[in-house]
Amino acid sequence: MNIQFRESTEAASPLTVKTAIADCDIHPARATRTELYPYLAKRWQHHLEVYGVHAYQGMMEGPPYPKAQPNASRRDAYPPEGGPQGSSLSFMQKQLLDPNNVQLGVLNPLNTGQGIRNHELSAALCSAVNDWQIDKWTSKDKRLKASIVVGNEDGLSAAAEIRERAGDRNFVQVLLLSRNVEPLGQRRYWPIYQAAEEAGLPVGVHAFGFGGNPITPSGWPSYYIEEMVGHSQCQQSALASLVLEGVFERFPKLKMVMIEAGFGWAPSLAWRLDKVWRRLRSEVPHVKRPPSEYIREQVWWTTQPMEDPERREDLFDVINWIGWDRLLFATDYPHWDYDEPSRVLPAGVSEANREAFYLGNAKKLYGIS
Amino acid sequence: MASLIAGGVDCDLHPAVPHLTSLLPYLNDYWRDQVTTRGMVDLVSQSYPQNSPITTRPDWRPESGKPGESLEDMQRHVLDPFQFTHAICNPLYGVQMVFSEDLQAAFCRALNDWLAKEWLDRDPRLRGSIVIPTQSIDKAVAEIERCAPDRRFVQVLMLVMGDTPLGKRALWPIYEAAERLGLPIGIHAGSAYHNPPTSVGWGSYHIEDYVGQAQAFQTQLTSLIVEGVFAKYPRLKMVMLESGVSWISPYLWRLHKFWRGVRMETPWVDRAPLEIVRSNIRFSLQPFDAPPDQATLIRLFDHMQSDELVLFSTDYPHWQFDGQDALPEGLTPDLVRKIMIDNPHATYPRLT
Repeated sequence: MNIQFRESTEAASPLTVKTAIADCDIHPARATRTELYPYLAKRWQHHLEVYGVHAYQGMMEGPPYPKAQPNASRRDAYPPEGGPQGSSLSFMQKQLLDPNNVQLGVLNPLNTGQGIRNHELSAALCSAVNDWQIDKWTSKDKRLKASIVVGNEDGLSAAAEIRERAGDRNFVQVLLLSRNVEPLGQRRYWPIYQAAEEAGLPVGVHAFGFGGNPITPSGWPSYYIEEMVGHSQCQQSALASLVLEGVFERFPKLKMVMIEAGFGWAPSLAWRLDKVWRRLRSEVPHVKRPPSEYIREQVWWTTQPMEDPERREDLFDVINWIGWDRLLFATDYPHWDYDEPSRVLPAGVSEANREAFYLGNAKKLYGIS
Repeated sequence: MASLIAGGVDCDLHPAVPHLTSLLPYLNDYWRDQVTTRGMVDLVSQSYPQNSPITTRPDWRPESGKPGESLEDMQRHVLDPFQFTHAICNPLYGVQMVFSEDLQAAFCRALNDWLAKEWLDRDPRLRGSIVIPTQSIDKAVAEIERCAPDRRFVQVLMLVMGDTPLGKRALWPIYEAAERLGLPIGIHAGSAYHNPPTSVGWGSYHIEDYVGQAQAFQTQLTSLIVEGVFAKYPRLKMVMLESGVSWISPYLWRLHKFWRGVRMETPWVDRAPLEIVRSNIRFSLQPFDAPPDQATLIRLFDHMQSDELVLFSTDYPHWQFDGQDALPEGLTPDLVRKIMIDNPHATYPRLT
């Protein structure tokens, strides 16, 4: 949460040595509207100027549900040199990476080329964002690693983008969003999973995106909070689709990361899938094992926004059901619902679990030594 | 297994309409003629394909006809052996899929009259839910008011997936009427299929739709709470039927956190979501979606921090448990009594 009266992180003493952490969900932003243009063909620059991005939503710019704060980001995260929150490397270093001793920061750019109806433009924008991540971020700070964003609705061109970047150690995962034209298990997305598996890269599925479907199965709701809470339902349905379409069975080395959609729902969804699968498995013979087994073996979860029980220790039950080895700490910087590293875990966690939660699991998953 | 006790209430059973033609005696001449002239077919929702394993238990499957269409079977399978005092009938006939408000209203009226005559009249333990034509709020309210004088109707029934989120203000006259007449609103699993059955689009499989019911309930609870339904109608009870229960606490932890963060957007929400759920929302027991171990069950009920949320149900004739094992392992006798008797009576004032 963005607590306005919190002490400024700038005031934190640089001499304080904090335990090293991984932050598995950082959102880099563009400082100017045209910052991607050097990476885009003239044709697409012109196209953007004339027609915009033509997304699966009505508004030319901005979200359909107004966010709680500008750019859904912390008011204290505007860089001193100007530009939106998250658009300055030096300020990100000063506000997030240095004071929190972030050893590994995974970049998940939003507002890229994903969720755009013109699939050629989508692919061009995604490729540009990937170049931009290297130039502006990962080449300038070795703690930062990029995610390969791909034109999500065209599996073949997405797979080509993954293959082009495979082996480039600037990138540690492929990034999708949860809301697409169809549920993520559908065949149109399989080339993405195949290419990611071949490249040995996890596929991160971040909450959000646009595919034209209402964010409830009963139509469009009224409020931003419904969209925010609803992302976890989207994520559940996307994960159910991945399991039930047999993606994990078909791609057994594929690893997936559920990003910024919570994890409290994971045990319940897995139990429900198992129970219903026992009844209805004749409909899905390609799902050979209880769904919970695929989830336990092939799915990881970033922590932010951590569910917040009244009795905070209740969260330990949920984490034990999921497995301490499957959680990846994330702040969601610079967004307003940022989780503060020092405050997210209640007391009473073993040193080994704490290290795995904050750093070890992420380094292992993303292959960082 | 936890021991069932006599005198309980089954809050979710599904009597089946044998065929659309079964409703013809309850339609007026015009609609009867429309049904036959236009060759309208049976309104079977794909939520429950007749031969799907989940639609009925193997030992409850009739030799012919639809599962749940015989009162004698229902008596023999659940009403007698479970020794219920009351059992609440929630017809799942696919009238919600109809788009025309006139046709839908005629079908709902026929369905409610059919339920009263062919079920409630024939077994004094049975109670009913009023099925409403939600394509027209006026007609829905009129149907509630038409049926409400019959005290055997104990709630209003809606599906979890319709045209709009259930908290939307346009629907509030339904909630006003329900509160005024002492009728909880039952929200049952299922869809009108007027929207994709998941919030990420159309899946491929029946199993996917069924798993997705739980996510649909979650989005509806958010809508009902943040639109302010319970600030406006504080005495209104809503019952989530065939919703699953193991998702409740983690879902509320998330909603509560975000509500604290952005409550300026919905300032009329005058209590914390957790409090609203504890006072106004209830959940039917089956399908019980937790693993069959006592330790987990104890933690799940402890997370709820209330023993008043869950109402007993068999979900007859759907296949949710075998034999008499409707109660999960590990419930204390006190909790069994709350779930089977006290909570249903506290929820449904018309159960007398």
